[in-house]
Amino acid sequence: MHRGKGMKFVGDSRVPSMEFRKPNVPKDYSEYPGKTEAFWPNFLLKEWMIGAVFLIGYLLLTVAHPSPLEGQADPTDTAYIPLPDWYFLFLYQLLKYEFASGPFNVVGAIIMPGLAFGALMLAPFLDRGPERRPSKRPLPTGFMLLAIASIIFLTWESVANHDWEAAEAQGEITEEVEIDTTDPGYEIYSGAACISCHGDNLEGAVGPSLIGTGLSPEEIADIAVNGIEVDGEQTMPPSWDGSDEDLQVLAEFISGLEAE
Amino acid sequence: MLNKLYDWVDERLDITPIWRDIADHEVPEHVNPAHHFSAFVYCFGGLTFFITVIQILSGMFLTMYYVPDIENAWQSVYYLQNEVAFGEIVRGMHHWGASLVVVMIFLHTLRVFFTGSYKKPRELNWVVGVLLFGVILGLSFTGYLLPWDMKALFATKVGIEIAASVPVIGETIKILLAGDSTILGAQTLTRFFAIHVFFLPAALLGLLAAHFIMIRRQGISGPL
Repeated sequence: MHRGKGMKFVGDSRVPSMEFRKPNVPKDYSEYPGKTEAFWPNFLLKEWMIGAVFLIGYLLLTVAHPSPLEGQADPTDTAYIPLPDWYFLFLYQLLKYEFASGPFNVVGAIIMPGLAFGALMLAPFLDRGPERRPSKRPLPTGFMLLAIASIIFLTWESVANHDWEAAEAQGEITEEVEIDTTDPGYEIYSGAACISCHGDNLEGAVGPSLIGTGLSPEEIADIAVNGIEVDGEQTMPPSWDGSDEDLQVLAEFISGLEAE
Repeated sequence: MLNKLYDWVDERLDITPIWRDIADHEVPEHVNPAHHFSAFVYCFGGLTFFITVIQILSGMFLTMYYVPDIENAWQSVYYLQNEVAFGEIVRGMHHWGASLVVVMIFLHTLRVFFTGSYKKPRELNWVVGVLLFGVILGLSFTGYLLPWDMKALFATKVGIEIAASVPVIGETIKILLAGDSTILGAQTLTRFFAIHVFFLPAALLGLLAAHFIMIRRQGISGPL
């Protein structure tokens, strides 16, 4: 059988096309009057150039955005709002709709994805006509476009409805430091209003963590007395009402807390 | 020297036909981006394979530090990320590669779909391709748990609940994946590690081999 441009390749094993019995089998490449070229090394070199451009983009992405790592898993944190990786967001979003959640969970979790995946897998057996152009087979094309549009819409909805700031805050790696609770600074801290907002171990609660603030004792004393005002809004109220000596001890204590 | 070595092996194993088949098969004009720029859509499959290779290599290096145990998993990833030389790069490539491979396999699927290339006689290769898509998504899902950070744990909880909602066999799938009917913990992590590092890559390599043998048998589909 005549193959390629008359070259005989030992072991060339393309399925022979018997024009009449298998009308769908494409013609031998020698019948396309084009610039056919050998895979090795001509075409592979061009592929490699595309690969190299792709690799540069890939590495730039890697360098520009270090991969995220949240705090160590804590199964007891029941307030955590889960989020899958971005390519599963559309499924996650689907499960939020009424017709696909609660008693109908099986619809959103199993039936709809199962039907879509099954239809994708069986596409060659559902779409059996000889036509290959998308415009000549409107049903498969239509369903696929609908599926793509749904995926994009659901992903968009999921991203738009997610509270990204809360997600970032809930996943933060919290610095854990052994707090010396016998320290006179800690006694003042626990006796004052500070502890109600900044937590028993200064780890932060309503207010931020006070560990590793990088502030000097003077700056901390000033914040304790005057609070913090950002854009006219009091983010921390003026809190200190004790003696100056105690304030000095407290400020030095907090300033000395280093993250490990 | 190299030629002599090649001849020595070839004389005994007759490797030339295999090599000639891989090297000399013709690439038609309509898939060659050097001739038609729009033919870049035919590169998505190759790029998927390229990232897959990077994922395997970077994953091999990650396992040199990673410890699949709930006490140490997060610590080892933290160490890898912040202390190990180039650890941030290797982990970054594995992390971003996981996203890119999903993008690329999706685009490759769309290319094959919209060019109608799945039609006779290539039905089987399409089915293998869809299975490969499933395996890649499985790898993404199991890999997400391994750093054992907050989002990993809670996303996996949701995923396992979805698996458990399968009628009849849901509970069995859940126990198979999580190792327990209620707890998501040490067992789950080791199972996901085993699935991510041994089971699914084995399936991936087998399916990839089938994918490539079939494309060599049948050749790429002709122009529209």
